[in-house]
Amino acid sequence: MTTAIEVTGLVKTFGRTRALDGLDLTVARGEVHGFLGPNGSGKSTTIRILLGLFRADSGTAVLLGGDPWRDAVDLHRRLAYVPGDVTLWRNLSGGEAIDLLGRLRGGLDPARRTELLERFELDPTKKGRAYSKGNRQKVALVAAFASDADLLVLDEPTSGLDPLMEEVFRSCVAEARDRGATVLLSSHILSEVEALCDRVSIIRAGRTVESGTLTELRHLTRTSVEAELVGTPPELPFAHDLVVTGTRLRCQVDAEHLDALLRALTAVGVRGLTSRPPTLEELFLRHYEPVAPEPTAATR
Amino acid sequence: MSAYAATATLHRLALRRDRIALPAWLYAVTAMVLSTAFSFRTLYATEQDRRSFAASIAGNGSLRALYGPVHDASTIGGLTAWRMGVFGAVLAGLMSTLLVVRHTRAEEEDGRLELVAAAAVGRRAPLTAALLAALTADLLLGALVTGGLLAAGQGVAGSVAFGLALAAAGVFFAAVAALAAQLAETGRAANGLAGAALGLAFVLRAIGDGGPHWVSWLSPIGWAEQVRAFGGDRWWVLLLPLAGAAALTAGAYALVARRDLGAGLLPQRPGPAAAAPSLATPAALARRLQRGPLIGWCAGFAAAGAVFGGLAQGAVDLVGQNRQVADLMARLGGRQGVLDSYLAAIVNLLGMVAAVYAVQSVLRLRTEEVSGRAEPVLAGAVSRLRWAAGHLLFPLLGTALLLAVAGAVAGLAEGATAGGLGQALVRLPLAALAQLPAVWLTAAAALAVYGLLPRWTAAGWAVLAVFLLIAWLGPIVRLPGWALDLSPFTHLPHLPGGDVTAAPLLWLTAVAAALATAGLVGLRRRDLG
Repeated sequence: MTTAIEVTGLVKTFGRTRALDGLDLTVARGEVHGFLGPNGSGKSTTIRILLGLFRADSGTAVLLGGDPWRDAVDLHRRLAYVPGDVTLWRNLSGGEAIDLLGRLRGGLDPARRTELLERFELDPTKKGRAYSKGNRQKVALVAAFASDADLLVLDEPTSGLDPLMEEVFRSCVAEARDRGATVLLSSHILSEVEALCDRVSIIRAGRTVESGTLTELRHLTRTSVEAELVGTPPELPFAHDLVVTGTRLRCQVDAEHLDALLRALTAVGVRGLTSRPPTLEELFLRHYEPVAPEPTAATR
Repeated sequence: MSAYAATATLHRLALRRDRIALPAWLYAVTAMVLSTAFSFRTLYATEQDRRSFAASIAGNGSLRALYGPVHDASTIGGLTAWRMGVFGAVLAGLMSTLLVVRHTRAEEEDGRLELVAAAAVGRRAPLTAALLAALTADLLLGALVTGGLLAAGQGVAGSVAFGLALAAAGVFFAAVAALAAQLAETGRAANGLAGAALGLAFVLRAIGDGGPHWVSWLSPIGWAEQVRAFGGDRWWVLLLPLAGAAALTAGAYALVARRDLGAGLLPQRPGPAAAAPSLATPAALARRLQRGPLIGWCAGFAAAGAVFGGLAQGAVDLVGQNRQVADLMARLGGRQGVLDSYLAAIVNLLGMVAAVYAVQSVLRLRTEEVSGRAEPVLAGAVSRLRWAAGHLLFPLLGTALLLAVAGAVAGLAEGATAGGLGQALVRLPLAALAQLPAVWLTAAAALAVYGLLPRWTAAGWAVLAVFLLIAWLGPIVRLPGWALDLSPFTHLPHLPGGDVTAAPLLWLTAVAAALATAGLVGLRRRDLG
């Protein structure tokens, strides 16, 4: 079996709110899958359904070959979860919470626990409520990475970490992938997703709007082009966000118009040219912008 | 005055947040006081009735310890002030304590106060706003009680004095809570400290009213009694709680000015770096979380058992000295009969208080769920039933422990004063344990609400309140039989001394099991978190 998570047509409503509206998500075994979406788009709801905490109204979800609701206990032996907002028991120390969470899913590797505490620079003797947000997150991260889980479900796990700890987190995810684990990483930090993820799903308003490798997604969107020309720039009806200053030109074009653009430019004569694939940020923004009429062709 | 900046806004915020809880409290306390007054009006319609009733209770030391002495037997108002003075003051204190802690330490603990304090808000403003909210609530309570008694045709001076006595007790314990909120680092611990002060005040007053009189002057609840509403109206006594409140508030302000946000005076100690091997199951976690509260409750039950058990023989002696009730005593079955009926009343009271613990320990499930702490546990290889079962051991067996402890200590104390240990030491714990089916049923009702209607979990408390009100006040206000039957506590045998039939105990347990099953089925089927 090659898929770790297979979700189709998932619907979940809370009263009148439709949190998930036919969401699809496929995560292959052994991949790091980025799960992107704005606040309130249904990422955490999806994750709670995958954890068997919420029951979907309709649609199917298969997790590691099992039903997340019915087989919750057995599946949870094979997965580790880090919530975005970690709350700890105030009278338990961080070390106790790590051990408890590890044991509840069937044990953790003591050597790796020690090593991770050191790498994350976490003091395990503090009581739950004495930790800052970032340190509470580290408690959950150490418990998750010290386990031998097949699947790591990480719901915005780095929102409280500093850049140094973010680096430690990235190397931990990479190590988890190297030992064959699958990672579902819900995140807002696009550089993190770009650096770590093999494939990405972008959701909006409870629906998947884009899914694929970053290369595939980039192919679907526009390339930014900047050119220094010999003469006056030509008419480019297919270009978006066109800005012309003298003989300099900046614009974005869809993949299918790239060829036409280059022909038009070389006809005038090119002194310098840079082209850059769209960043994930641009991809993201394009999907998240409120649905408004596309600005027409060139804005001169 | 910059220390008080934004106090008015925060005061309005507190009242807005309590727009449901506060009217509910005011309604419940006022209704209890007034239903007592109205029932006395029908039960003891003439002054002759009232005087003979007062004479029969005057000689009863245990009733005096529980309710205090009667200062005025000639009016309905006087009897109401006797019957509801102590409990009214306790309830006003409890309402004020919970209110102040909810708006101070609990806010600080949850981090919301940080957000508020970062705005243009004075250092003393949050505490002042909470105290003002409590003052508002207490004055409203006093006004409602006064108005109700006036409507029942009672004298103006006595009605006002009684209303003010309750309000002043509330204000005093609001100030106690204000100080406790500075000392403790969590809302729970602050409530515990203030609750302990309230319990101590009740016990001191009980000792004073049962024996050495001066002891009750040490107790703020005793002060509410010493105002002697309808029995002389000693207005100057009202100055005692107010002066006390002022001193405590000054102490709280002094601490606010010295400490850091989020810090208490009791320092945090570091914990172990690794968990003990036993901390590996959801049940072990539940034990760890519920252990502290259970120990506290156990201490309280042991203290209550000691006080009430120790008072038992004295109560019977006083009854024996009173010729007017000798008749009644004979009907109750002589000395042993009076002793038994006193002990049965105490045991029943302990059962009701154990039900409060039971509901609290059931609803810990909801606390864990709402706070998000249940989520990582259930994301482990832990079924919902196993998670819940770990916590539910406490309402199931913790209640048995509480009742057994209270019964055993009461038996020891009673036996020691009677000069023989043997009998009561066995009879009382068994009598106390016989309360369990009703306690379990109350807990199971709370579990059913939690499992089936999680958003309405607070209704678990409402069910408890209804059960207790029916069992406590129902007979006084002469509720019809079917209404009395709604409370599980109505169906318990009167032990020690009464006859035991297995049937009601069995079906109470069966209903409890059915409700608990419904709650657990609901919990398994619903969304969690």
